[in-house]
Amino acid sequence: MADRILNLKSIGSRGLKNAVKGNEYRREASISYGILIIGYILLSLGAATGLIGHNLQGQFVPICVYVSLAVSLNLVVGISGELSLGHAGFMAVGAFSGIVMERMLLAHMSFEPAVMILSMLFGACMAAIAGFIIGIPILGLRGDYLAIVTLAFGEIIRNFMNVLYFGLDENGHLKFAFNHTIEGIENSQRIITGAIGATGTKTISTFNWGLLLCIFTVFVVLNMKNSKQGRAIMAIRDNRIAAESIGLDVRKYKLMAFVVSAALAGMAGCLFGLNYSTLVPLKFNFNTSVLILVFVVLGGVGNIWGCIIAATVLTILPEAFRQFADYRMLTYAIVLILVMICTYNPTIKARVTAIWNRINPFKKKGGDKPKKKKTGKEAA
Amino acid sequence: MNFLTNIISGLSLGSVYAIIALGYTMVYGISKMLNFAHGDVIMIGAYMSFVMTQYIGANGWIALLVAMAVCTLLGITIERLAYRPLRGTGSLAVLITAIGVSYFLQNMALLIWGANPKMFTSLFKGMSPVHAAGGKLTITPESILTIAANIVIMIALTLFVSKTKAGKAMRAVSEDNGAAQLMGINVNQSISLTFAIGSGLAAVAGVLMCSAYPILMPTTGAMPGIKAFTAAVFGGIGSIPGAMIGGLILGLIEIFSRAYISTELSDAIVFACLIIVLLVKPTGLLGKKISEKV
Amino acid sequence: MKKTWAKVVVVAISCMMVFSFAACGSKSGGSGGDAGDNTLKLGSTGPLTGPAAIYGNAVKNGGQIAVDEINAANPDGVQVSWQVEDDEGDGEKAVNAYNKLVDDGMQVLLGSVTSGACVAVAEKTFEDRVFTLTPSASQTAVTEGKDNVFQLCFRDPDQGTISADYIVENFPDAKVGVIYNNASDYSAGIFDGFKKEFEAKGKEIVAVEAFADDANTDFQAQLNSMKNAGADLVFVPNYYTPVSNILVQADKMGYKPTFFGCDGVDGILTLENFDKNLAEGVYLLTPFTASAEDEKTQKFVEAYKEAYGEEPNQFAADAYDCVYAAYDAFAKTGLKADASAADICEAMVSQFTGGFSYEGLTASGSMKWKETGEVDKMPAVYVIEGGKYVEK
Repeated sequence: MADRILNLKSIGSRGLKNAVKGNEYRREASISYGILIIGYILLSLGAATGLIGHNLQGQFVPICVYVSLAVSLNLVVGISGELSLGHAGFMAVGAFSGIVMERMLLAHMSFEPAVMILSMLFGACMAAIAGFIIGIPILGLRGDYLAIVTLAFGEIIRNFMNVLYFGLDENGHLKFAFNHTIEGIENSQRIITGAIGATGTKTISTFNWGLLLCIFTVFVVLNMKNSKQGRAIMAIRDNRIAAESIGLDVRKYKLMAFVVSAALAGMAGCLFGLNYSTLVPLKFNFNTSVLILVFVVLGGVGNIWGCIIAATVLTILPEAFRQFADYRMLTYAIVLILVMICTYNPTIKARVTAIWNRINPFKKKGGDKPKKKKTGKEAA
Repeated sequence: MNFLTNIISGLSLGSVYAIIALGYTMVYGISKMLNFAHGDVIMIGAYMSFVMTQYIGANGWIALLVAMAVCTLLGITIERLAYRPLRGTGSLAVLITAIGVSYFLQNMALLIWGANPKMFTSLFKGMSPVHAAGGKLTITPESILTIAANIVIMIALTLFVSKTKAGKAMRAVSEDNGAAQLMGINVNQSISLTFAIGSGLAAVAGVLMCSAYPILMPTTGAMPGIKAFTAAVFGGIGSIPGAMIGGLILGLIEIFSRAYISTELSDAIVFACLIIVLLVKPTGLLGKKISEKV
Repeated sequence: MKKTWAKVVVVAISCMMVFSFAACGSKSGGSGGDAGDNTLKLGSTGPLTGPAAIYGNAVKNGGQIAVDEINAANPDGVQVSWQVEDDEGDGEKAVNAYNKLVDDGMQVLLGSVTSGACVAVAEKTFEDRVFTLTPSASQTAVTEGKDNVFQLCFRDPDQGTISADYIVENFPDAKVGVIYNNASDYSAGIFDGFKKEFEAKGKEIVAVEAFADDANTDFQAQLNSMKNAGADLVFVPNYYTPVSNILVQADKMGYKPTFFGCDGVDGILTLENFDKNLAEGVYLLTPFTASAEDEKTQKFVEAYKEAYGEEPNQFAADAYDCVYAAYDAFAKTGLKADASAADICEAMVSQFTGGFSYEGLTASGSMKWKETGEVDKMPAVYVIEGGKYVEK
């Protein structure tokens, strides 16, 4: 059922074959890191020279957050082959626990890099625990049923956040409650106040942290994909029964992908939470989960560098559309539909590829020569 | 007495979910796609009915028919323009397209009808509530008629699917697309018909929902859409009686958790129940068992 | 390997194209427009799309009325421009929208409209030194610790406190229940203040029920709980959309307590197709009503109706006041319209903390500002009688 939904069979077997070779891995890694670093250099240069306005500069950190969210979700959707609609839930866990950690640490120390790293690690741990708790029972489910459970889980987390209260007392000790008011806590010492969310967060996220997080995420996901475990996960995705029959522990490997993905989402959430002085639980609703999924699908399921680009472009796009004023979101919706049809419809895709081949400056003479070359290499 | 009141409001809310869930479940059954734009078709249906009664002055029932017609057309158009080009490419691509369609419909409604909410006139305005148990129990006409509508629609749809030629064709296509085509069934037509029925029912659901909870905004359909989707999965997605049972149970759980446990966490409770049901019965209450071929 | 590098180059080029496109977009916006040197550029961010779109659009329209009036009244003096960017009511988007406004040369920010968004933006305006006066972001965290951020609306907990005081004084024997939206910062904030004050006065709330942010909820359970607890006054610190829904459902089940709301309830009478009889006897604590009879309000309501075909709500009036207050204060600073945002900020802050007062639509009497950024004005309690607001 899973591959009926994701239609991954063809992509999967090819990916697997190449991953074993190691060739594909090097190629994918060099492209992914290349994009991240070139993007970082271009953006930093643009910001330093004033070519890039405040609007785009302000999006540097969110772009990094969405890139690492998309890459981490790709571990579940692309590599493990399960549709997850609750990624924002893990992001929320990471964000709010990261914020609580930050406030607690800042009450005792002022060295920001340490605070940042510890908060991110804490966010990742909490998200991983959440991923573990939710992952154990549900990974036996298949396909769309798993998707709906992740959706439900995301909504439960958000609902739960609405009744959660955290604050620091005068000694800098953490206090929490599930109802309305925490006794004896000053307004300014409140960290999370139910639906009002986190306020008074010190914003310590920077573009550099964002880049580090992106590289770390890509590193983890690519290595996982190319490891023994990763190959096991992809084998399960491609044919569960065959994988089971050769003695792979399906649950263990699926859980592994799920928990790692959740931890990475928690880190990204933490970076996001520490980038704004306030954060409401409403932010992490179904729409955000879907948005991350859109990045993954548009960038290509299982394709790491594709979703880096998709996340970047789709984060900037609604901002670039501001000139359409009232028609902004409408334009965004139309572009989204058209892009999906153009990239996935076989007829249109073939036509676009044909045009691309005609104008492609890097094309060698004689149609399918690059392909031949590649197969030759593989044979050799 | 409260208990009875809660049962009735639970059933009435559940009926709305059930009718919406039908659209999800039928579309899923035939084309294996999660049509997340369905919730927004409900909203368009409610707006159309509002426009007919308020600005054109039509009778509520005529407005309902017009809304159904518009939504049916809308459903067919969406399927033709946005989903059909992606058929056979895996439902993930279609899922994202459906989300694009959902954004499109919401923002379209925002541009046409503006951001100000509208107050929907109940379809059953003027009917007086039923008092029972010596006046202690008040049942609104909306509740009774929503539940009745749900039952009628379920029976009609079950008969349609099992007895008519078009219905059998739909079942054949959902069973095996390729084989159905070989047997001379027009697959495109069957899928269009499914979208048409689902969207027409969405208009009914929109009008019934807004009759009971009268606020009409461009985002009105979003949350009921997600809940109804949950209901469809609850009952076993792809199954028509499953959608009905799933919807009713979901409505009851929602109302009861609000009444007896916590109003703050009612949504969390609903979703937690869903997870528990799926753990016990991994394909929903009435879902087909997935058989795996080796 | 060659092909790999070719692809990397292609990708890099396409990335560059996207970025330069975005950069161009922001730049062309900056230089464009007919605003000359003698124009003060006011900006705001608010939800123009999404579920809270009504509030953002009201601010956009209300501000526009004031801007048009100012520009028409003194064609030779300082002109004002007004740009509202969409933030979908979300902190992240609001910061983006604010940065876009900065790129376009905005000098004073009259936003953001919603609290969550405004807290995130205020942090940035504090760093960038841009004077900020929000029409409607009512959370305490908006102004906390920021000397250049001011509010024109009441704070949420204060509304709760004033409501509690009023109820204790005027309904001493009432059994009070509360239905609030626990997913909304506005509603939860008011409830916080209300609960504290009400209990401090030695009273007890007989029933508290919450609902999630979705406006189309079934309120039977909440209303039943109120009914069973014997509540004869129900405090509903929500916006008018859920309140109207509550009124309809309470009417259907034959439950008729006194409903008491805050400024968010204003607008209920303008709700298209709403049966005004249902709102009969509803109390609300609000600084503005469109039916007020003073000349200023009447003029504003007329102009608004003519331009947008509907009655203005409190958000529109807040924005109208914001534009005038900012304009008046700016005129007093003696600065020229081409001054930098930072200079304007310092001058405006000293105006606002130095006893500047302004008489507008949204206060009985004049309003002044405290150093904390809070506004000092009095709301009035109204009751709806015969489809009209009557001051109590």
